[in-house]
Amino acid sequence: MKRLLPWLALLAFASVPMWLKDPYLLNAFITTGIFIVAAMSLNLLLGYTGQLSLGHVAFFGIGAYTSALVSLGFDVELVGGFHVVHEPWPVWLGFVLAVVISGLCGYIVGKLSFRVRGAYFVIVTISFAEVVRLVALNWVELTQGPLALTQIPPMRLGFPAVGYLDFYSKQSNFYLVFGVVVLSYVIISRLVNSRIGRAMVALKENESLAVSVGIDVTGYLVLAAVVSAGIAGAAGSLYAHYLKIIDPDVFLFLYTVTMVIMVITGGKGTLAGPIVGGLIFGFVPVATRKFASPEVQWILYGLFMILIVFVLPQGIVPAIEKWFGIREKPPVATVAETGTQDTR
Amino acid sequence: MTEFLQHMINMLILGSTYALLGIGLTLIFGIMRVVNFAHGELYAFGAYFVYFTAVMLGFNFFVSLLIATVAGCLLGALVEVVLLRPMRGADIDTTMLIMIGAMIVMQNTEQYVWGGVAKSVSTPFPETPLVVGPFSVSWLRLFVLCAALALIAAAYFLINRTKLGKAMRATFQDRDTASLMGVNIQAIYMATFAIGSGLAAAAGALLGPVYVISPQMGNIASLKAFAIVILGGLGSIGGATIGGFILAFAEEMGAGYISSGYRDAMGFLLIIAVLLFKPTGLFARSERIG
Repeated sequence: MKRLLPWLALLAFASVPMWLKDPYLLNAFITTGIFIVAAMSLNLLLGYTGQLSLGHVAFFGIGAYTSALVSLGFDVELVGGFHVVHEPWPVWLGFVLAVVISGLCGYIVGKLSFRVRGAYFVIVTISFAEVVRLVALNWVELTQGPLALTQIPPMRLGFPAVGYLDFYSKQSNFYLVFGVVVLSYVIISRLVNSRIGRAMVALKENESLAVSVGIDVTGYLVLAAVVSAGIAGAAGSLYAHYLKIIDPDVFLFLYTVTMVIMVITGGKGTLAGPIVGGLIFGFVPVATRKFASPEVQWILYGLFMILIVFVLPQGIVPAIEKWFGIREKPPVATVAETGTQDTR
Repeated sequence: MTEFLQHMINMLILGSTYALLGIGLTLIFGIMRVVNFAHGELYAFGAYFVYFTAVMLGFNFFVSLLIATVAGCLLGALVEVVLLRPMRGADIDTTMLIMIGAMIVMQNTEQYVWGGVAKSVSTPFPETPLVVGPFSVSWLRLFVLCAALALIAAAYFLINRTKLGKAMRATFQDRDTASLMGVNIQAIYMATFAIGSGLAAAAGALLGPVYVISPQMGNIASLKAFAIVILGGLGSIGGATIGGFILAFAEEMGAGYISSGYRDAMGFLLIIAVLLFKPTGLFARSERIG
């Protein structure tokens, strides 16, 4: 039963566009899917390595802008009258570059910011996201600033000889996002169930002990940051090509908060957690929009977040597993089990 | 040169209110180990409270400032008792998430109650600025500077010269020992959070009439408070004071000589630079309070 459950869920979601014709609900599924990808990437850092990155939206936004700019083209004058002209490239290349550039940013940010931990790390990551947002707002020549990048082409896949598939319709976008969700899930689950994943959990549980047994802590943290940022960049790219317009507001702190709420609610450090949390928070606005204004919805989000931390600090998925007596095989952290907990 | 000195005058005024924000946050972090994301919302609360009492109820401007500060203290105490007391002993990430939740609730409540349109408060000060030679400064800003400096002095006095301050410092150094010596830890925590929140509300009440009051003002204030505290070293009041002025200096220079669009980026670049090159903050020998 436990083994069957993911496959049943997969089938159920794959069938959604066949019976669901309401465009508003389909749209909710697509945006929810995009945010689930982002939340899964955050979970890799927050849940498995224990690093709360509150600047995660930076990678999402960088992915969105990279992908949009690669497929739109740009002409930027750098210092000294030197022009960088970029002709529009195919959209799929934009997607790939979004992943690569976001991953690269994850590498740089990781290299620099994993020198500090805890509250300091949180604040460096927020600062990074704010700086990137201000650059997107002020580098008007490249990003159009507050006027937004518009007319971003939809995703297009195919080969010159065979023909192309443009992702215009909601149905096709649903499957595109669905595919990326599944792919990200597979990548993350392979990663955390490998030797690397065990090392990550070990350093989360007791960093000094992990160091003492020879785990290259910074190396693993940076690796997690690169993969996490790359996946967040993929989500950003999907977002840009689905909405066809992006402005510097994609970097708002509230989006990071949304991802954090999804991960915490669902259960950090579990593979299904971000999906469950993402579905809940993706559809709460749908359910409440009839009687609640956006402010009231956000107030409810905030209260819900506090409530979850108070009542179910581990999140929904671990609570359900405990309830039904199912134990997900935990990534065995041999180091952690023998270690004494650092009391400070 | 004249332009530079004018920037320096602006820096002093801005820096004094930043220092208030920073001292409140550093007290809370130093003593309670809580990363208070709601700090900026207390700042916004102070500003809106002045608007409420001075503009809507028609109170005297100075009385309104006082009421707003007291109200900030009370709200802080309430937040502490309801949200943080039950979670005593939880790790730093858990309390941080609770405070993020509180931030979202408070900010959107402001948005709901007051709407998205920015508010402004008129003051009893004359419109014409004080002009000395080539420099000019508005009377309101001058008052803000004096009031903020007075509050900073009061905070120093409280921490270093009163019995409450002594108990707070003892709690900071060693909570358990302080408790054994008869310090009521719960009361100290509540007082710390109330004082920190009151200082933030005071900063908002003072700066609100200088600028305009909007529900989003708390966001940037929280982040700036973090920047200030990191510059000075977490838990150091002297550091937070100087950090406030350094941030104001960086912003004035950045806005004046680089680009006004990047004014708010200066603080973040400073944070990143400090954390990378001197993570303990510029002034903290080791973490300490007072």
